Order: sequence, then C-alpha cells, then structure tokens
Amino acid sequence: MLGLLPVGFLDSAPVQHALVIGGFAAVVAALVGVPTLLRGQAFVTDALAHVSSAGGALAPLIGINALGGFVLMSLAAALGLEAAPPRQRAERDLQTGAVFGAGLGVAALFLYLDVTLPGGSGNAVGVLFGSVFLLGASDILPAALAGGAALALLALYLRPMLLASLDPDLAAVQGVRLRRVGLAHLAALTLAIGLAAMTVGAVLSTALLVAPAAAALVLTDRPARALMLAAGLGLAGMWGGILMAWQSYVWTAGHAWPASFCIVAVLIGLNLAATLGRGLWRLGRRGAA
Amino acid sequence: MTGAPDAALALRVEDLSVSVGGRRVLAQVSFTLAPGELCGLIGANGSGNTTLLRSLLGFVAPSGGTIRLGGDGARRLGYLPQKVSVDPFMPLRARDVVALGLDGHRLGLPLPSRQRRARVDAALAAVSAEAFADRRIGTLSGGQQQRVFIAHALVRRPQLLLLDEPLASLDPSSATEIATLLRRISRDTGIAVLMSAHEINTLVPVMDRVIYLAGGRAAAGPVAEVIRSDVLSRLYGHHIDVLDVHGRILVVPAPGAGHDHTHVTRVP
Ligand SMILES: Nc1ncnc2c1ncn2[C@@H]1O[C@H](COP(=O)(O)OP(=O)(O)O)[C@@H](O)[C@H]1O
Ligand SMILES: [Mg+2]
Repeated sequence: MLGLLPVGFLDSAPVQHALVIGGFAAVVAALVGVPTLLRGQAFVTDALAHVSSAGGALAPLIGINALGGFVLMSLAAALGLEAAPPRQRAERDLQTGAVFGAGLGVAALFLYLDVTLPGGSGNAVGVLFGSVFLLGASDILPAALAGGAALALLALYLRPMLLASLDPDLAAVQGVRLRRVGLAHLAALTLAIGLAAMTVGAVLSTALLVAPAAAALVLTDRPARALMLAAGLGLAGMWGGILMAWQSYVWTAGHAWPASFCIVAVLIGLNLAATLGRGLWRLGRRGAA
Repeated sequence: MTGAPDAALALRVEDLSVSVGGRRVLAQVSFTLAPGELCGLIGANGSGNTTLLRSLLGFVAPSGGTIRLGGDGARRLGYLPQKVSVDPFMPLRARDVVALGLDGHRLGLPLPSRQRRARVDAALAAVSAEAFADRRIGTLSGGQQQRVFIAHALVRRPQLLLLDEPLASLDPSSATEIATLLRRISRDTGIAVLMSAHEINTLVPVMDRVIYLAGGRAAAGPVAEVIRSDVLSRLYGHHIDVLDVHGRILVVPAPGAGHDHTHVTRVP
C-alpha cells in the first residue's frame, strides 16, 4: 500500500505534520459534526466558522497560537448565541444571522490589521482558506489538547445529545439538563471548528464538520456506525486531499493547487460516491427482490 | 404499608389551576388515579389537555393546587408528546429509540449489556413492535412510530404514563389496536395511564375513568358517572344532552354554545 505513494511524500516534514494534525482535526470535526447536524445546527456551524476568522487574524497580533484565536472568537460568538436561547428554530436562524453579520464585520477589521500592522501574519488568505503544509511541530500539542477536550465532551454527552435531538421534551422528562447539553455541544463545536480552521481555514472548516457527517447519516441508521463512518470519511478526505495537493506539483508543472481545495474536492467526491453507491446498491437490492 | 390514605394512589391532583401566557387555562381541577387504571382526558381543541399533561410533567408551573405522585417516591414518568416529528435522517433504529428511553439521560458511552438488551426487547414486545425493531425510526409509519415511542416511555417502568393524543393520527383500526394495547399494559404492569383525546369514541371501551375538560374546569370519575346530561350541563354551564341511541351515546351541546363536538359513544 505504502509503496503506491509518491517518492518522498512521507519523508517530507510538512507532509508529516499535515497528515498527523490534519488527520486528527478531520476526525474530530467529523465526529462533532454528527450531533451538530442532528441538532439542526449546520447554519450555526457555518456562522461560528466564519466568525472564527476574526480570531485567526487576531492571534498573531496578540501573540497566541492561531488555534487559540479561532477557538476564542467562535466561542465568543457561541456564547453570544447562548445568551438568549431562542424558543423556535426560526428565531435561532435570525439570531445566528445577526451574530454571523456582526462577527464578519469584526473579521474584516482584524484581517485588515493582520495584513497591515507590523506584527501581523500578512496572510489573510491563510486565515480564511488555510495552509495545511505550514503546520509545524509546535501545533501538535495545542491541537491534541483542543481535540481531546472536544472528544471528551462528545463521549460524555453523546446519549443526552441524541435524546435531546430526538425530542427535547422527552429528554427533559428523563431529567436531561438541556441547557447543559447545549453548552457542552457548543464547546465541542467551537473546539472542532478551531481545529478544522487550523488546517483548511476558517471559511472551509464547515466542510470538515458537515460533509462527512452528512454522508454518514445517509449511509447508516445506527449512531455508533454513523460516528465511525463520518470519522473515516473525514480522515480519507483529509489524507486524500493532502496527497492530491502533493501530486498536483507534478500535474501542474510546479504551480500546485492549494491543499484546502484538494481536501474539499476529495471530501465532496467521497460524498458523491457514497450517495451514488447507496443509490445503486438500493436499486440492485430492489432488482434482486 | 405507610398507612397514608394516598399510598395506594398513583396520582392525586387537587384544585390544580394553571395559567399560560396570562390566561387561566385550568381552574381547580381535581382527580385521582390508581395504579393499573387507564384514564381518558377528553376535551375539545384548546380546552387544556396538553396544558394539564405538561403541568403534571413539571413543564408548566401551576398557579395553584397540588400534584402528588404515589409509589416509591422516585419520580418516574413516561411521556408521549402530542407531536414527535422525527427527522428522517436520525440515525436511530426503533430499538435505539427505546434504549434512549432506558438510559439516554446518562453520561458517557453506553456499554452493550445483555440486561439492557433484554429490557429493550421486552418493551418492544409489549407494544408488538418486534417486526420493525431494526428499522430506522424515520422510515416507520405513524402508527409504528407511536408504538415505538410508547415502548420508549414504558422501558423505564414508570409509575405513570402520560400520553398526549396517542391515537390522533391513526386510522380507526390502528387506534383501537393501540387503545387495547394500552389497556392491557396498564392492567398487566400496574402502570397508571392518562391519555388525552379530542375524540371519545375509541376510548370508552378501554378506560376505567374519564376526565372531561370544558371551560377550564373538569369533571372526573368513572365514565358512567361523568358522561351524563346533568354532569356535563353543570360543567359547560348550559344544557347538554347525552342521548342513548341503541347502545351508543350522543353528546349534544346546545346550539351556539361554541362547542362543536358531538360525540357518538358506545355505552361502557
Ligand atoms: N404558549 C402558550 N401561550 C399562550 N397560550 C397558550 C399557550 N399554549 C397553550 N395556550 C392556550 O391554552 C389553551 C389550552 O391549550 P392546550 O392545552 O394546548 O389545549 P389542548 O391540548 O386541549 O388542545 C388554548 O386556548 C391555547 O390557546
Ligand atoms: Mg393538545
């Protein structure tokens, strides 16, 4: 298997860091994505992801790790959403839209400062769309801490999250603290967004959370399998994308495609293949019956 | 055993008053429910069925009166909301939904255990849902989902089962089936069942008691003592006829009373 990989691929330090940190981030994002979709929070995810770009831009200016910046800003936005818990979904969409808009305004300012101030990264595109090959050994510990915390929250609250997304009243009758479950989910979500933003950028981080989980929910009807499938699809998308980006040097005679483009392309390709494969399998079963 | 006169009751409600959004919905509602009894909660749309059930669950704070649950002191209620709209992509089979009823409130990942599986299987069998136990909940019909959610409510062995219009979306034969099923479960397990309906017909053959809601007030007791002209007239505050037509009862409100529910009912 490994012999099929291009020469030098696994020997390159940037590739090694990208595979390890990116793979871990993709798995965490995909796992957190499952309860997120079940809670109907794809739009909230997209909003928090975009707003996190303000934190990514701010991080170099205040001297913290980019991951810390992403998480800080999306957490602030999440707390803004939680401050006034909505009664209905329509009301939540309204609030999410408001936080989305306000957060992007702040992002515009911080991105400008990040590019123009002396201490800034000067890399606005990197904040928004990521650069997985720029990750280094110093990013491993923060990523492990953030991902570990997100996974712990997920493992702890998985059952109440499932029950509450089935029906909040049923959960309340069984004594589930809905508010606490909501906060635990938002905390895991912001950590996962931060991790994903670190690898594919703030804007594209939604894709790592939503795409694998969405495919998994179509493919299986069991919670444990949905989680494993999502994680597998996320990992395959990330590693496949990194490989594709590496190979694109050859295909484009030295120009190469951005890794984030490649990762999302593989993710979407896997999604399409999964959906198509399921359709064909069903057709075949119907034909056999 | 305790010697308290209420020890044998599953539920005692006294003078319960509830206001929602500043409006008095229930006024001084009183009734009792014994273990193993099935009680129908009958009232026209908007008469407060859901409000009464939600106040028993603790979701709505009463403005007056008392609610006392019997049994061992543990507050174990089973509930079927009026409307559970299941997302078709919910990655849960029927048996996963029932398992969530057993331990979905617990933290941490579930460990598969033989005892857990046996209890889930028993609850599925109690509602005759074995045939679709392994199908995705969102792909089941309304009646099948209803059975699964009743199993979900039963699996923790509640002392009181509150069902909000469990028969509303069912065709007549499924409605009769579910009503008979609930009757059997309450008798066999000693669980007290309180189920609401806007339509009294299906419930009359199965219920031990009835709570009839109108104008925020309630008349409660055995069917033969409540579904009567004098009792319902007093409740509505104007004349109501309860006619016996060849073994079927017709509840006929006076014209212009604002209540359009004429019940055709079999004599219990
Ligand atoms: N959240 C609410 N705010 C204001 N009024 C409400 C609310 N919920 C219910 N009501 C009112 O309380 C009354 C009883 O409602 P409900 O208990 O749902 O009736 P039922 O279940 O018998 O159809 C209705 O008149 C309804 O308009
Ligand atoms: Mg109702």
